[in-house]
Amino acid sequence: MILLELFWSFMQIGMFSIGGGMAAIPLIQNQVVNINQWLTLTEFTDLITIAEMTPGPIAINSATFVGIRIAGLPGAIVATLGCVLPSAVIVFTLAWIYNKYKELTVIKGILSGLRPAIVALIASAGLTIFILAIWGEGGFSSDPQSINITSALLFTMGIFILRKWRLNPIVVMLGSGLIGGLVYSLI
Amino acid sequence: MKHNKHTYIKLFTSTFYLSAFTFGGGFVIIPLMKKIFVDDLHWIEEDEMLNLAAIAQSSPGAVAVNAAILLGYRIAGVFGALMTILGTILPPFITISIISIFYSAFRDNAIISAVLKGMQAGVAAVIADVVLNLGGSVIKDKDIISSLVMVGAFVATFFLKVNVMFIILICGLIGAAKVLININKSNKGGDSK
Repeated sequence: MILLELFWSFMQIGMFSIGGGMAAIPLIQNQVVNINQWLTLTEFTDLITIAEMTPGPIAINSATFVGIRIAGLPGAIVATLGCVLPSAVIVFTLAWIYNKYKELTVIKGILSGLRPAIVALIASAGLTIFILAIWGEGGFSSDPQSINITSALLFTMGIFILRKWRLNPIVVMLGSGLIGGLVYSLI
Repeated sequence: MKHNKHTYIKLFTSTFYLSAFTFGGGFVIIPLMKKIFVDDLHWIEEDEMLNLAAIAQSSPGAVAVNAAILLGYRIAGVFGALMTILGTILPPFITISIISIFYSAFRDNAIISAVLKGMQAGVAAVIADVVLNLGGSVIKDKDIISSLVMVGAFVATFFLKVNVMFIILICGLIGAAKVLININKSNKGGDSK
């Protein structure tokens, strides 16, 4: 039963991809290309490209993509649910433990150590995207020619607007996408 | 807080928007959630948002989905979590379903890739803004250990590419050690500060 196989495969992906994002790629490849041969390696590479170009976690994107290719819409739904189920169960358990014990001194201590670390992780994710936006796939370079001027201007405008007027972040993101598209079409 | 229809709808629409416009996955969605649920809606405190982020990161699965579950549950219970799960999953589900049909046309469309490129810059600006706020408040606390943990964790993840789970584990241990040492000190009658 193909739907059951999809559900089971993506449940394993959801269960064992700890750390999220890129950490899930080798797991997905193993299930989808090596074990079940649902996609060829080229199709899988295309899938990763799509996943990077579109919103949403890579695991959810691949579940939808593979599901729809293998078994249509029901396949996509089943694979996506399988992918989410294990984290939902574990996260609910952790949330319950957190709510019950968050007043304990040791837990408070652990959380107080984690908070600055989370700020660092956010900063790191932000810097990665910043470099991608300004310099592209090649990464940081000291050559001023390699700077994407449109992106640099959009970034500067974005941060100025956010700090000065505290605008809704979605407006800033959509606006910079719109301007990016316009600038490209005009030049 | 009253869990009325308005709360559920707001949870769904907020996570739907966030998920629809968050590219790159992973941690990118955390600063955006913070911006909406802490700064705009004032539904939870900044500290609590960071705690939820830590739990989301330490659990298996996509960080965005985990964080959405925790946030929804914290704000409006199990039904709230269902709303945020749906809100987070539906945008990529719909997008990918459509794209998988038109993939080659989508990949080669220059305007679409220009819009995506522009949005990258916008997302980077939003994250930079949140990092400035959060980082500033860690430093303002004047707790040297917290500031060091922040800088150390950044160097470890960004430059040294240390596994995130390992960073979480170490920083949690540092935090636990810090309070235990403080308790010890105050038990001995020393200055508990």
